[in-house]
Amino acid sequence: MASHLPPKPTPQHSTATAGGMAEAGHARPGGLMRWLLTTNHKEIGSLYLIFSLTMFFIGGIFALVVRAELFQPGLQLVQPEFFNQMTTMHGLIMVFGAIMPAFVGLANWMVPLQIGAPDMALPRLNNFSFWLLPVAFTLLLSTLLMPGGGPNFGWTFYAPLSTTYAPPSTTFFILSLHIAGISSILGAINIIATILNLRAPGMRMMDMPLFVWTWLITAFLLIAVMPVLAGVITMMLMDINFGTSFFNAAGGGDPVLFQHLFWFFGHPEVYIMILPAFGIVSAIIPTFSRKRLFGYASMVYATAAIAILSFLVWAHHMFVVGLPLVAELFFMYTTMLIAVPTGVKVFNWVATMFRGSISFEPPMLFALAFVVQFTVGGFSGLMLAISPADFQYHDTYFVVAHFHYVLVPGALFAILAGAYYWLPKWTGHYPHLRLSQWHFWLSVIGVNLTFFPMHFSGLAGMPRRIPDYALQFADFNVASSLGAFLFGVSQLLFVLVIIKCVRGGEKAPAKAWEGAEDLEWSVPSPAPLHTFETPPDFHPHRQH
Amino acid sequence: MASHDEQTTGREGVRRTVTRTLVVLAGMFAFAFALVPLYDVFCEVTGLNGKTSNSAQMLVHEEVDTSRMVTVQFITRASAGLPWELDVQTRQVRVHPGQSNEVSFTFRNRGDDASEARAVPSVSPSEASVHLRKLSCFCFQEQRLEGGERLEAPLVFQLTRDLPADIKTVTLVYTLYPVQPAQAAVSPRRPIKEGDSA
Ligand code: HEM
Ligand SMILES: [Cu+2]
Repeated sequence: MASHLPPKPTPQHSTATAGGMAEAGHARPGGLMRWLLTTNHKEIGSLYLIFSLTMFFIGGIFALVVRAELFQPGLQLVQPEFFNQMTTMHGLIMVFGAIMPAFVGLANWMVPLQIGAPDMALPRLNNFSFWLLPVAFTLLLSTLLMPGGGPNFGWTFYAPLSTTYAPPSTTFFILSLHIAGISSILGAINIIATILNLRAPGMRMMDMPLFVWTWLITAFLLIAVMPVLAGVITMMLMDINFGTSFFNAAGGGDPVLFQHLFWFFGHPEVYIMILPAFGIVSAIIPTFSRKRLFGYASMVYATAAIAILSFLVWAHHMFVVGLPLVAELFFMYTTMLIAVPTGVKVFNWVATMFRGSISFEPPMLFALAFVVQFTVGGFSGLMLAISPADFQYHDTYFVVAHFHYVLVPGALFAILAGAYYWLPKWTGHYPHLRLSQWHFWLSVIGVNLTFFPMHFSGLAGMPRRIPDYALQFADFNVASSLGAFLFGVSQLLFVLVIIKCVRGGEKAPAKAWEGAEDLEWSVPSPAPLHTFETPPDFHPHRQH
Repeated sequence: MASHDEQTTGREGVRRTVTRTLVVLAGMFAFAFALVPLYDVFCEVTGLNGKTSNSAQMLVHEEVDTSRMVTVQFITRASAGLPWELDVQTRQVRVHPGQSNEVSFTFRNRGDDASEARAVPSVSPSEASVHLRKLSCFCFQEQRLEGGERLEAPLVFQLTRDLPADIKTVTLVYTLYPVQPAQAAVSPRRPIKEGDSA
């Protein structure tokens, strides 16, 4: 398979590597201090990506502990208390430590390059927001070693399970989540400030690449809901340590209030984890179809519509708490409404490929797998949105199947697609083709072997977050566990690909992919440390 | 130099954007806390969370609707860590809307030491909670029982006539929670009112 067609030569805007390096006035510190103090968006982007990859493996090991225990019915390997800590930590680490920082890392690297800005608007703040993350997650992981163990109440930490009945380490859990939250908020401020103020002259909002658009909207979502999360965990902290009763029925509080507040944050949060993925896929599919993105404007509006609607659907996670009939109906219809702009997006991707001249390089493979499998997750979401049906599905493995389809072959595959797409820009080399293909195919098989059977075990009634299960679910669980180990191990190939790619490999030109149009392809590969110090001439290539 | 001008306007813009986002952030953080009282008010008006009034309500003098009967069920639960029992004289009564009814509950402290507890009510279906008026209830205040002590306490209630016709059964659950004096003192919520029962 021809990996990539020879790119057409393009004029290069950027200052050359050497020239860019000579930062007037001050010498750059070397070694560790260089990384600790860096304010360069590319270096910080790499730090975010490396951090997120590390967290991905730690969270992955926790998931494998869960899957190993669930390989057979009965209790074999771990105690139920520890099992609960593993499911909880897996969720928390993957959501806040792997997926979110990976997107922030990609934004750091690519947003300035895609809008022709020299750096992020607030470089020092950028450094600070990154270094908060290792602090937060060291703290979070250390709770596992504390007396009474780490968080064991699920990643959704419902009160009063997480207050009245929580382990003593919960205060540290709250602190770590506060720190991670501040990091995301600062990151979001920086991204908004960059996109709104540092675009190359002549680049209007409707000229921005979709990755930039989706990240702008995601950043607004972060600004709107991370403070609500901060508020909820502050209330928990007060209930635990200062004797208040926000969520304590005995003192006049209400546990259901916790769920309302949590999901008011939580549902937009799941879109925070998918909108940037839409942006990445919207960059890759046109490139490898050698066509413009179909329906650019409708993509922008659909993203905005999804973001706005995401504030009106939170109680679809609470269909069984005893909502009144009107609320059941309201949240059922609004949830189904979200499927409309989502469907617009899927339609546009397919229409982009229609009669395109498609080639199947690794980024495209992951992007195509994203479209298909994310849609599977969207369909199970629609089933869950039917409130009377959800009375059966709620808290079963069907829900686990749903959100893993949108998050693993969804969000994660988009991140992998983005990594394969931009690795030539980051390292100057193409990723090893054969290894990438192995990584792709093993991941696809692993992911589906793991999560597809969960639809069936869930529909048959297997409850989530329980270390033991009835015999009739045994076969589904064997498949899921085997798939999980296959998927886990094949991710080591990804690490191998990255290491090889950093070290060497086939050299990539500035425009590494023939059909790629955005500004990042006008700077040399690897991108020099400093780019666009004089703003590029931007000529919109999309006609509206 | 043109690019210099652009740079300064860029800086200005960044400052403006940052200020604005900080304002939104502060607003959303405050909003999260504002949701707590808003939620209470919302639930009180609509009765959506099955909470009943915390203080005695007046009897609404209206004619008893003898055309229909509603079953009122009582469920009592003691919480873990509290050596108390709560019993009710009858598990269910059939009442007419508009009529006032009295049911007797029995508290018993099985422990050796004095302790305090509060019975917290919840009504289901939640739509019924605004139609359930309590003229007198032990749940309006905390109870203190010496070790081994036993206490009979009445609940006097009325279902109003405008109770929706499709509600045939109303379930009233009382859960006993231990009260640590310190905990009650700093509650940010409306404290459960004492003493003003009929
Ligand atoms: C067509 C779009 C979607 C619909 C209609 C939908 C609907 C739902 C519903 C109704 C539930 C609640 C199920 C229950 O707990 O009983 C749910 C759970 C969930 N969804 Fe979706 N969803 C959609 C897309 C997404 C996307 C894009 C993501 C994330 C990228 C996502 C992530 C989640 C997560 C994480 C949960 C489970 C939370 C938990 O209880 O741990 N969903 N979804
Ligand atoms: Cu949701």
